[in-house]
Order: sequence, then structure tokens, then C-alpha cells
Amino acid sequence: MAYVAVKGGERAITNAHKWLGEVRRGDTKIPELSVSQIREQMSLAVDRVMAEGSCFDPELAALAIKQARGDLPEAIFLLRAYRTTLPRFGFSQPVETAQMAVHRRVSAAFKDIPGGQVLGPTFDYTHRLLDFKLAAEGETEIDSAAQSYSEMPEELATIAQVFEHEGLLEIDGVNNNEDPPFDLTREPMSFPAERDQRLQALARGDEGFLLSLAYSSQRGWGNTHPLCGEIRMGEVSIGFIPDELGFEIELADVPMTECIMLSGFASIEGNAPQYTRGYGLTFGHNERKAMSMSIVDRALRARDMGGEVTAPCQDEEFVLYHSDVVEASGFVQHLKLPHYVDFQADLQFLRRLRSEFTQAKDALNQSSNEETKVAAQ
Amino acid sequence: MNEISEIKIDNKPPQERYYTYAYLDEQTKRMIRRAILKALSIPGYQVPFGSREMPLPYGWGTGGIQLTAAIIGPNDVYKCIDQGADDTTNAVSIRRFFATVADVATTEDTAKATIIQSRHRIPERPLQSGQIMVLQVPQPEPLRSLEPRETETRAMHAYEEYGLQYVSLYENISAYGRIAATAGYPVMIDERYLMSPSPIPKFDNPKLDMSPAILLFGAGREKRIYAVPPYTKVRSLDFEDYPFETQTWDEVCALCGSDTSYLDEVVLDDQGNHMFVCSDSHFCAERRENGHLGPLAGHSLAQKSDDSNANRVLQEGIAK
Repeated sequence: MAYVAVKGGERAITNAHKWLGEVRRGDTKIPELSVSQIREQMSLAVDRVMAEGSCFDPELAALAIKQARGDLPEAIFLLRAYRTTLPRFGFSQPVETAQMAVHRRVSAAFKDIPGGQVLGPTFDYTHRLLDFKLAAEGETEIDSAAQSYSEMPEELATIAQVFEHEGLLEIDGVNNNEDPPFDLTREPMSFPAERDQRLQALARGDEGFLLSLAYSSQRGWGNTHPLCGEIRMGEVSIGFIPDELGFEIELADVPMTECIMLSGFASIEGNAPQYTRGYGLTFGHNERKAMSMSIVDRALRARDMGGEVTAPCQDEEFVLYHSDVVEASGFVQHLKLPHYVDFQADLQFLRRLRSEFTQAKDALNQSSNEETKVAAQ
Repeated sequence: MNEISEIKIDNKPPQERYYTYAYLDEQTKRMIRRAILKALSIPGYQVPFGSREMPLPYGWGTGGIQLTAAIIGPNDVYKCIDQGADDTTNAVSIRRFFATVADVATTEDTAKATIIQSRHRIPERPLQSGQIMVLQVPQPEPLRSLEPRETETRAMHAYEEYGLQYVSLYENISAYGRIAATAGYPVMIDERYLMSPSPIPKFDNPKLDMSPAILLFGAGREKRIYAVPPYTKVRSLDFEDYPFETQTWDEVCALCGSDTSYLDEVVLDDQGNHMFVCSDSHFCAERRENGHLGPLAGHSLAQKSDDSNANRVLQEGIAK
């Protein structure tokens, strides 16, 4: 009976969770996945969970993926719920991506840029043919990449540095603001949103949602005429100044993906026309997310650039309020909770409307019948 | 549930907890308490707060849970209901959460509770002075269905510009011959702020008016807290010629015979047979204990289901 189903209590919950554990494990004849296997071999999933989970910890992200049975939004939620319990001991220094130890760097704007194009480990130019060798049991042989004999420069010039001499590209703003940056994990969303708040929301935002928004922009719903100035992926070091020391120490090297998207020209604050840009930055290796983020970031600057806000991707309330996968997933799925009290209220109303409708129709039929009779007489 | 008068004491030693008392860290609790004080000072005004990610999903009571976590203490007696019932799955889950993280006594008895957390209902038994009612809110903005932009609705509240709401009610009347809101019926607090009472049926709206208890509303996902202090005027919107009215039933509760409570419809089969029972499970059980009988008294729904041993299982779970 339906009533019993929604009144299921403690025992039903406990048993459902036990069953979930069994299903997570799958066939026990197959060896169990280890967290380190996930961390090493599902590394792009780990990267996405860390990026949207706003927490850099590959071990915990891999654990979350295992516990979530590979459901990445669920894993992101697990990591966020853990993150929120951690004490906050301070802010790091801003990361210097110009000093990144680059694994991959490509620019679509120039055939060659100082330091060259570095393809790195990429799916690009692979033919998407299922590799049945990977399905074979046992270790597959790795065909290692050839080592280069010429050394990579210590720092690769960024696209901004390339443009610097001519002033063709909008330069990085210098943040003279002494206030700490906006932090969505501590403060509610507020509008109008400044760029720090917008970029944080985008960095935590759902990859699929941002991808579709960026795509909608490309197709003309708030086009920003993007051109991929530079994508770079590699390790950046995280610097921190502890109060008790007073000087910067290095906490970790963290892999990140950065995207600078060149967009249409504008004259900013009365300067000569320049390329404007959108910015994307994520933990780990995630170019789809970084590129989408940079397109949406630029689209959201429409208002700052004196443009008109006409498309969804330019509308900060629309984008920022709906980009968070943990919020969206929770609210859509809360419809599974019992709603029978409000449903009863609605049902009562609908029944009343229907009975009034029927009465009115009957009354109309009766009077028209009488009219027909009168006419016949 | 029959053991209505029994208060269950959680005896888990505090040192076994992995998290701070009541889960949230003390800084976060302080931030929420400040938001509550502000909300009580400006009745009906939605106070933005730094809502945290909780170990339960957004939309499942995270606002209510954060409010409770900020105000609960070891001497409190906690009741949690969903759709009026103590034994609905999410209520059981949230009650278990606080029994575990806050070493708090739990009860189903409305009269004995100091904090009552609820989704979609106010208990039938009148609230008392000293009690705190915590309501879970999915959408704190009463004007949201009329205006999707938060920047606009905040301005509308600031200017007390509620004409749009009245126009919408008027449109109901011209379309349906009456005001169509049935749950989450908009209320005016102390003749100043328009407020959503959360999706309680309008049947419960009169219980908000001049309530001796503190009423707290928490929306975790939307990051808003609002409140109605004790003995505050809460007026359900209406027109002189279309006055506010609550739901009524031709039936009485099939189990306890009550003709004054909010009733849930229970489908009995696929032949169109149904029965009506009290949505407030404790109210109904207490009446049956006192000898009130409805037309279907003794129906299996009135029997103690194996799940109603929830608290026993809970005790065992905690003892482990």
C-alpha cells in the first residue's frame, strides 16, 4: 500500500543502505577496486570531483568516486560535505600560472608561440576507436612516449606576455583591493556579482551546465566570438604565508588547467580597442571545463563591457544560481520526498473545480434542453 | 506509534563523536545564531546567511537542520516530523542525525518537545510558550513564482511593493472563482513583510498568528533564514469579498474520528476506495490512546508497524 511505502522507517532505511553496499561492490568474484587504482587510472574523474568539490585531495576524491559507484555528482557532494567540516587556517597566495611546470600548452591564435606548442597527454587527434587490447585480462604493454633531448624552458611565456608589447590584449587587472576575495563557501550569493564571485561560482560549477551554456553562446545566444588564446596544463606551486612565520612557504604542487579565451574587441575605460578575454581555471586536467568556463566568464562580462544582457549565458542570476550541481541535484531529487500533504490540498481544490464544472455543464444542458422544448412547441 | 509519552535518551558518550557537538563548528553556529537574532528582530525579513553543505542533500531539510544545530543543547527534547508524521523516512533520518551528533533526547510527543523540526506541517496540538518550531523551507521567496529575479524581489520587499501578489490572487479569482493557493499560502507578518509560511497547507496558517512559540524558517539551498517571534500578527492575504478560508473535509479521521485535524487521503485499492486519516500521527495516536475511535478503528494502519520500533532500533544502533 502506498501509505506504507512513504512511512517506511528505520529498518527500511538500514536495509536499503545495506543493499546499496552490496550493489556498490558488485560481483564478489571480481576483485574489488582500490582507491589508489581509481586515483591512478580514473584520474580525469578524480580531477572533476576535486574541481567541482572545491577540494584538492586526489585520495579523498578517489574514495568518494568508489563510494558513489562512479556517480560523479554524488562523489562531488560527498567531497563537499567533508570539505565543509574542515577548519580554515588561512588563504594561499594567488597561484602564478605563468610559472607553471607545463605538461601541455597549446594556442590556436598563433602557429607558433615562444616555447612552442606542447601537445602533452591529450585525447585530441586520437581516433575514437575502441581499443580492445585494453579489454584483455592482465597488464597491457605501455608504448612510452619518446623523451625530448632539448630542454623545456623553465617558464613558458603566456599569451598575455606575447601580446604585451603591442597592448593588443586586455591585461590582467591588478587587484588593489585589500579585502579578501568573495567566498561562496562562506557567504551567500549576492548581486550584482563581481568577477571574483562569478569566477568562483564557475570554477565550482557543473561541467555539463557550463559546457551547454558555452555552446549556446557559440551558436549565437550571446556570442562572444571566442578564440582559444592559450590552454596550459601542468603543476603550479601553492604558496602560503603563515602568521607565525611571516614569509611565504610552499605547500604543494597542484596540477591545474588554465584557459585564456580571446574574445571580441572593446575599448575598456576609454583605452584603445583591445581583445577582451575570458578566463577559466580548474584543478587537474580538464580542458572542456576550463574552456567552457572562459567562454561563460566572458559572456557574463557583457554588462561590464557596456553590452546588453539578452542571452541566458550573459545573465549572472541565471548562470550563477543554477550552475551548482550539488544544489541542483538536491533540489530536483527532493521531489522524491513525500509531498502528500500539499498534494491533498491541491487534490481537494481540483475536485472542487471539477464538481463545479460538472454542475455548471449540467445546468447549461438542462436550460438548453428546455429552450429546445420551448422552441419545438 | 504507541509509546508516545516515552522520551528516549541517547546515551552515547560524547568522546565518541567524530564531529563537533551538533555537527557544525562553533563559528558557523555563531554565524547562524546571529542570522536568527536578526530574523527575529525584523519579523518576516529573509536574512541571507552562509549556509553550509550538510551531509544531507539540499532540498531535504538542510536549512532546518542548520537552524536546529545552531540552537540545540543537551537539555533539549527534539521532535522531527515530515508531512505531520514522526515515522516518515526523512524525519526518521533527521531525528537519528541529531540523536547521534547532539546527544539529545527525542520524542514524538508534541507537548514534551522543546524543538520541533517540521516539513510541510504545524502540529495540531497548539504550540506553547518556550517551544521553538523549526520549519524546512524549499523556496523562501513568496514572490518567486511571480518574479524569478532575486534582485527584483529584494527591491519589492524593501519598497513593500506587493501589488503584484494581490494581482495574482485576483487573477485566481477571475479564473477559478477563488484564491487558488492551497499550500504555501502567502502571509503578511506584522503588516510589513510578505512571507512564505513554507509549503504547509493553508489549514495551518491560522496556527502561525499570535503563536506563543518561536517560529524559525530555514532555507539551506537558497541560503536564507527568517522568523516570526512569539505573539506576532500573521495575516493570510485575502480580499474583503473573498475572505481567507482553510480546508475542510466531509469525512472524519477513519482511525480516531477527529473532525478538526488535517486529513491525508489513503488509497485502499485500485477500485477508487480510499480512507482519510490524520496527517499528524502523534495527535491521532494520542486520541486513540484516549479511547477515540473512528469508523475504521483497528485498521492495519493503526497497528504498530515493525518500523514503529524505530526508536528501539535507534537505541540499539547507538549502543553499538
